[in-house]
This record gives sequence, structure tokens and C-alpha cells, in this order.
Amino acid sequence: MATDSAGSKRRSKAKEPPMGRDALLKAYRDMLLIRRFEEKAGQLYGMGLIGGFCHLYIGQEAVVVGMQAALQPGDQVITSYRDHGHMLACGMEARGVMAELTGRIGGYSKGKGGSMHMFSREQGFYGGHGIVGAQVSLGTGLAFANWYRNDGRVALTYFGEGASNQGQVYESFNLAALFKLPVVFIIENNKYGMGTSVDRASASRDLSKNGSPWGIPGEQVDGMNVQSVHEAGRRAVAHCRAGNGPYLLEMKTYRYRGHSMSDPAKYRTREEVQKMREQHDCIETARADLLALGVAEAELKVIDEEVKAIVQDSADFAQTSPEPPESELWTDVLVEG
Amino acid sequence: MGVAILMPALSPTMTEGKLARWLKKEGERIKAGEVIAEIETDKATMEVEAVDEGVLTRILVPEGTENVQVNAPIAELDGGAAPAPSPAPTAVAPASAPALPAAPAAAAAEKDWGPTRTMTVREALRDAMAAEMRRDPDVFLIGEEVAQYQGAYKVSQGLLEEFGPKRVMDMPITEHGFAGMAVGAAFTGLKPIVEFMTFNFSMQAIDQIINSAAKTLYMSGGQLGCPIVFRGPNGAASRVAAQHSQCYASWYAHCPGLKVVAPWSAADAKGLLRAAIRDPNPVIVLENEILYGQSFEVPVDEEFILPIGRAKVERAGTDVTLVAFSIMVGMAMQAAEKLAEQGISAEVINLRSLRPLDTATIVESVKKTNRLVTLEEGWPYAGIGAEVAMRIMEHAFDHLDAPPMRVTGADVPMPYAANLEKLALPRLEQVIEAARAVTYR
Repeated sequence: MATDSAGSKRRSKAKEPPMGRDALLKAYRDMLLIRRFEEKAGQLYGMGLIGGFCHLYIGQEAVVVGMQAALQPGDQVITSYRDHGHMLACGMEARGVMAELTGRIGGYSKGKGGSMHMFSREQGFYGGHGIVGAQVSLGTGLAFANWYRNDGRVALTYFGEGASNQGQVYESFNLAALFKLPVVFIIENNKYGMGTSVDRASASRDLSKNGSPWGIPGEQVDGMNVQSVHEAGRRAVAHCRAGNGPYLLEMKTYRYRGHSMSDPAKYRTREEVQKMREQHDCIETARADLLALGVAEAELKVIDEEVKAIVQDSADFAQTSPEPPESELWTDVLVEG
Repeated sequence: MGVAILMPALSPTMTEGKLARWLKKEGERIKAGEVIAEIETDKATMEVEAVDEGVLTRILVPEGTENVQVNAPIAELDGGAAPAPSPAPTAVAPASAPALPAAPAAAAAEKDWGPTRTMTVREALRDAMAAEMRRDPDVFLIGEEVAQYQGAYKVSQGLLEEFGPKRVMDMPITEHGFAGMAVGAAFTGLKPIVEFMTFNFSMQAIDQIINSAAKTLYMSGGQLGCPIVFRGPNGAASRVAAQHSQCYASWYAHCPGLKVVAPWSAADAKGLLRAAIRDPNPVIVLENEILYGQSFEVPVDEEFILPIGRAKVERAGTDVTLVAFSIMVGMAMQAAEKLAEQGISAEVINLRSLRPLDTATIVESVKKTNRLVTLEEGWPYAGIGAEVAMRIMEHAFDHLDAPPMRVTGADVPMPYAANLEKLALPRLEQVIEAARAVTYR
């Protein structure tokens, strides 16, 4: 299946070459890992092994994978509660993420954070935040630290189009522009803030222009195509790393599943979802691009098998890792000493 | 009929100031609204405008005079008025702290830091920040008016000059945004000091303080700490009404993952703020505007610091325990003085730290006095006094000879009118009455 015409039109005008063969293969693998991981998480949720809120990233994989490929070691990532994909893209282990979902000691937060609250300083992932919009100020703070230390790092701050209406988002735009902080603001516009479509929630019709009063350059990107994302991501990251201040990317994307596991998704038609899956799926698009580049089916099959094994292993681990000992209730409230 | 021109107050808590300059001479005719003089305090400079029209017949206070009391006549218009009105009563505490009687119990428990010198709470806070900023390049100060203006209450005076604009940064009026930004920076290991112009404005940012700063360590299984200080004046100032007069002690002390301190003296302020900056956890430092200008003895030792979580027995006594924090410690000390005249020996505990709370020191005291009175400016409902009393129930119930009593602010939003405001705040006579009631005198 080829890239749709709408997607191509939205592709930016810049001249950077598209991802090379190896990078696209890796992106394919990472997107597939997220897809299979999330499908498995959905299954485990259905079996009652995962509790509470569980927000799946299925459909949006190209956004984090394309952006991650534009980063350097040491750069930081922060996002909201729909965060499993971001963690896997950052290189966090599927085992640790899945075991956190099941609330086990082997999870990234020892079972104390859950789906929405995981972190890995080593991989530059700063959460995993449950309050809509809060991560935007926090991500601006990561960039502030980079500016303060003058270490050339860039912070990616993801949020949904729903969060983009929060007041602190605009406070953060102002602060980031005022102090020229190296932060890429990434609006993952999947069209629905829970059940409210973007048209019913935002008077702004082009969210990529939401930073314009502060002079923050922005662009709309086909978030269903990993190469488009990567291209725009490189441009945005380079802008920040050069000390030019923040950059805003609006990723036009789509989530196939409900807002969370408990969402019946009555606010949109089956046909709408079906159309996105069939005509715009990021993994299918990457697959087609790879085949067109001459990659053999067999090579993709090897990746499929590898991903399947990783996900199965994570699910096994997440069910066998013990629950945290009761003593964990009282630890990590304060740093002692 | 002439009138007297009185020394104006530039801020709700100003009690005196310097008459810096006269812009008019004796004999000159002045119009209403004309600037006639300039006044300075440690916080600000202001121009005095004439209210009435007339001839400036006599200047009573020459320019350059320091410590001119608010409402003192400074000049006469058209021959002046008959007797000048006496200064209006104010609800604020005296400008200088009462002299402290020796506190043997405290002296024994506390480390002796040697020689002291007198300084204001304001200077002590500034010195604490400066000392820690010299010690650790990761420490920086952000807030509204902290840099070029030198602090809305002049607490950060001189810091911009010493540390430069990267470490002392003015913020736009955007508490939610800059508090969140500072928390994010702290996640990477930097150590921000966030000044709220007053803690009332911290409510704009309370989600970041509680949900992000206080909880992330736990939610990350101990990976991601947040070494940050939120500081600023808390509680009632004077005549600023409900939205600017509120005590946040019980709000923040309620939350696990935070530490909360409330200094009274300049030594408390310096020692606790230094400890807060060094602490690897988020610490709320509840200061008090009225205390900023009060002077106390502070150890000169460069290393002086106080432990968070330890109360101080400010005055030893045997008949009743008065537990207070922040500005109420001053009132407790005054009450103890008055009670001594009536033959009641009161022990005064300065909590210093509200979370963690030094239960041991309170319990030890109540085991000796068998009576407890708590003081706080905040509301009674679920307040610090309620917590202290409950801890005594849990740990020293059998030692109580009377039900504990609390003296608190009235359970209403703070009124503006001077008489009502006075009624809404704890009063010395209430403390004395409560102490007499629990000692059955």
C-alpha cells in the first residue's frame, strides 16, 4: 500500500533526503514493536491483569519513532499518559514497561507508577504524566536545564491536541520563546480529546500556528508517515540545537483504539476508523516503502518474528514478576539522608 | 484653618521610613496632587503627593531623617492643624521582636554555634540563598521581580549583582508555567529556588507542586527526585483582604512527598532555608512578610544550618505548653511573659518544621506540663493545631490534665476592615485566656 495523496501533500517542502534504507528498517521494526506491544497490553487488560487506565498508542506509532530517529544521545523526551510507545521508542525495555502495567516489582517504577507514570533517566525519558498539559511546563523545564548547562541537548515535549488548550501550554510557549529554550513542542493531533473532536474543542483551526504570537515556528506534518515525521523532526531539532529557541510540530495522526480501554468510542464511525487503518496506516506505508526499496519479504518476516518474541517475553515476564513486597508501600516517599 | 501633612505608609506593613527629600520649600504654595517629598523604606521609594492645597508653612521633619513613624506629622500647611492625630492602630505585630529570655532547655538541645550578630529575617534569607549559591552552581533563583527589582519584598537584594542574570532570573507573571518549568529542571538534578511573590499565588501552581514535584519520586519507584525549594511570604500581611491573607501551612503539610518549614526568627530563616536548598526533596519554605523586617541574633559561623524536622523549645516552662510556628511564636513568647506575671510558667515550642513534625519534642513537653495550647494564624478546620492535638492524643493522652485548646484565625475569609481583621487573627489575650483555661486558673 502506498502513501496516500493527502499525506504526500502534507509532506514538507524541505529538501532533506528521506530516511535511508537502514533507518527505515529500524523505524519499521520500532513501530511494529509498539503496535504488537500495545495489542498485547490490550489483551492483558481484557484478562484483568492490567488495572486502571490504559491508553493505547495504536495508530500513532510513526510520530514517536520518526521523532526519536532525529535525536542524539542525551536528548530528552517527556509526554502525557499515552506513553508506552514513547518509552519503547526511547529504548526502554518492553519487559519493564509491561511489568509496570501489571503492577509488578519488575516494572520501571517497581509497580508503583502504572501505565501513566514511568521514567528512565538513562534513556532520557522523563515520564509519563497523568495530568493533561502538566508535562508541557515540565518539558520546558528540561529544556531550561539544557540551556542552563549549555550542553546542547534538546527536549521533546509531546502533548495531545486536547491538552493544547490548557493555559500552562501557552505559559510554556511564552517562557520557552522568551528564554530561547531548546524544546520541540509536538502536538499529537489524533482528532479526539477523549470523545471531543478537535473542532468542538479548539477555535484554532491550524494548531501548528498556536505558537505564532510568540514567534515559534510551526508546521503541520503527516504524522501517519514516519519519513515525513523524521524529516520535520530533524528540521525542528536542528533549529533548537542551534540555539534558535523552541519549535512546534503538529502531527496529524489517528488512534485506532478508544481514548482508554473503557472507551466505547461512540463519537466516531466505524467507517472513519476503518478508512484510516486501510489507507493511512504507518506500518503498512513503511512496509510498502521498504519493499519498493528492494527489501525482501523474508527480511521483514525476520523482524516480525523478533518483535513477536520480544512482546511475548514481556508478557510472560509481566505475569511472573512478583507484586511489590508490602514494604514498598513506605519507600520512595522522600529521598532519605 | 491649616492641616498637618502626615508621614504616609507605602505598603500595608510599613511602620516607619526615611524622609529622603523635600521637593518644596517652606513658604511655597502647593497644589493638590503635586509631588512634595520622597520617602524610602528598605523595600521601595515613593513620592508623596499633596492631598490639600495651601502654603507649606513649616517643615517639621528635615530631609534625610531616618525612622520617621507612619502618621507622624512631617509638615504644616497654612499654619498647621490643632493637635496631630495619634498614629492609627494597626493589627501588625511590633516592628521589633521581643527580647528573648534565655532558654536553657533549648540551649542544651541545640548545637552551640558560637558568636552571633543581629540581622533581619530578610537579610538572613538573602544570606542563606547567597551562601548556597556560592557553594553549588546548580542552585538558582527564579520568580517575579527577584532580579532587577531585587525582590518584591527586597529579599533577593544584591543576588543579581553577585550571581548574574542566569542564576537570578525574573519570570513573567505565570506561576503555573514557571513552577512547572522549575520542577522539570529539578528532575534533571538542578536545584531551583522558586520565589512566589506570596504563597497565595502558589495556588496557580499547586498542581505542579503536588502532582509533579511531590509525587514523582514515588511514582518512579525512587528514580526521579525533585530537589526544589518553593519559598515566599505566607499568611496574613496587613489590610490586604481575603485573597492575599491566607496560611498555607496545613495545605502543604498535608501532602506526603513534601517537606514544609516555617521559620520565625532570623536564625530559623537562615538555618532552615539553607537546609531546604540542600535537601534532595521538594521543600516548602513558608516565610512571613511582617517578620521580614524584624531583627534577631544569628550565628556568624559560615557553616550555620538547622536540621529540618526539629522543633526548638524557645522558652522553658512547667505549667502549660504553647506550640506555635512562624509569626505566632512571637505571640507565644509575649503570652509566656504575661503568664509568668500571673504565676503561670509556659513552655514555648517553635515548631520550625511542619512536615516532618517533631512529635517527640511536643510530647516530651506535654508530659511535663500536662497541658497544651496551639497557636496558628490559619483556619482551625484540619489545621496544624488539629494535627498537634491529635498527636498528643495518640502519644500522651494519659498525661493530659485538660483538653488541649487551640488559638487560630477565625473560620472566615480575611476581612479588609481594620477592626474585623483584628478580630479574624489570633490575639494575645486569647492565648492568655486559653492558657488560663487549661490550667484551670
